[in-house]
Amino acid sequence: MESLKDQAAIVGIGETVYTRDSGRSELSMAVEAAKTAIADAGLEPKDIDGIVKFTADSTPQGELAACLGIPYLRYYGELGPLGGAACGLVIQAAMAVSRGLANNVVIYRSVNGRSGARYGSGVVTTRRGEGNAAFTEPYGLLVPGQSSALRARRHMHEFGTTERHYGAVALAFRKHACLNPRAIMYGRPITMEDYLNAKMFFDPLRIFDCALEADGANAFVVTSAERASDIKHRPVYIMGSAQALPAASGGSGRSWDDSGASWLAPELFGGAGVTPKDIDVIGFYDHFSTVIITKLEDYGFCQRGEGGPFVEEGRIELGGEIPVNTSGGHLSEAYLQGMNQIIEVVRQLRGDSHAQVENAELGLVDSGDGAGALILRR
Amino acid sequence: MTSAQFPLPVPNLDNQEFFDKCREHRLVLRRCRDCALFSHPPRPNCLNCASDNLEWVESKGRGVVYTFTITRQPVSRAFEGRLPWAVVDVKLEEGVHLISNLVDCDPEEIEIGMAVEVVFEEVNAEITLPKFKRVS
Ligand SMILES: [Zn+2]
Repeated sequence: MESLKDQAAIVGIGETVYTRDSGRSELSMAVEAAKTAIADAGLEPKDIDGIVKFTADSTPQGELAACLGIPYLRYYGELGPLGGAACGLVIQAAMAVSRGLANNVVIYRSVNGRSGARYGSGVVTTRRGEGNAAFTEPYGLLVPGQSSALRARRHMHEFGTTERHYGAVALAFRKHACLNPRAIMYGRPITMEDYLNAKMFFDPLRIFDCALEADGANAFVVTSAERASDIKHRPVYIMGSAQALPAASGGSGRSWDDSGASWLAPELFGGAGVTPKDIDVIGFYDHFSTVIITKLEDYGFCQRGEGGPFVEEGRIELGGEIPVNTSGGHLSEAYLQGMNQIIEVVRQLRGDSHAQVENAELGLVDSGDGAGALILRR
Repeated sequence: MTSAQFPLPVPNLDNQEFFDKCREHRLVLRRCRDCALFSHPPRPNCLNCASDNLEWVESKGRGVVYTFTITRQPVSRAFEGRLPWAVVDVKLEEGVHLISNLVDCDPEEIEIGMAVEVVFEEVNAEITLPKFKRVS
């Protein structure tokens, strides 16, 4: 069986500004991001014949096509649930372009995540006591931060992870955001003292541990490796890819101890033929600071239980051993459900980041709790 | 007075028995007759061997706090008037985990490993929730 390795590339990226109150429709932001990505690839909207979407996104593929002047799509698809779809959508697009189902596929995410329905308040994720939520929501387990806090508290208990470890993640990403004028937290540095003095939201998680809900849109264009050589930018190839959907836990049990990342890592690295040591830069989906520590363990950048000490001493900062979320990530750039991390890693591999990792050749990005992941190469 | 309620369980065909037994102040779990695995929440099949040959078994209702979190800010309207709010994951002796709350326990006193046992809180005529109290 022919693998997807190096069969497709991300050739265009686009993003709107990130704000707390866009005053615009999600459709209009999606169109802006898509147009920017298409132009960045040196293409015209009419070159796009495939569009794939987050199930959670309010903009249908056909609406986006209409606003781009595309008469019909040869390929369309979507992936849910909620936030963890971005890498899986890249995989769909890579399959489509490498098998001739489409020439150029747009992936997009547009969300008024601050001025509209906010993930942090639970309105997006609540199930009104139905299904397995009958065993969680009646007890006041209502918002995503609480679930991450349950995992974080257990990690502290088992491995001696400390609040300062979570703080080190928040500080690293804030430092990166302060190099990135697009970041909502640009120009707003924080210290460990600020972190420790901040309001506790979901003990042991503070406000600085939580994704920065934002309004904005991201898009990129995926094309076949063959076509990518004619594109104006240096293409970023999809070298490795994997998805993992762990069996549902119903909000209890094993979900506190593992994630999709631990399942998909062997296929991700094996398929690409590389190891964690080969990765130059990471773009992790950081809905909460605490997941960075478990992801570093699950992907094999350190041993299980060692994620806390690993993030100290600037190891995940620019200039450190393995820089993570060099645009500020969801904590300090904006929460665009894993899309903005992919855009930043593409930028890194083109050599265009505001926090450029010297000679970056390989990047790892992921979605959700490891719902999907990619290894990208320049 | 709290301004908004937490959602109440909406029982379905797979878990109605669990909530019926809660009304009788009995905590029941699914157990596989083929491989003896306990599971929760209730599902029609075994999580280990996929068998649908399951029975309902009454739990001893004893366990320990496996992990917990305390919500301290009114992140949604449902928390107004009830902060700080502690959610616990209890690991029962049967090996399954339940999300719940501790009754008669100051949130600041909760610790991982604390021994707990089930109690029942009658919410209305239809719904009784299993909660837990500290055992000394
Ligand atoms: Zn079984």
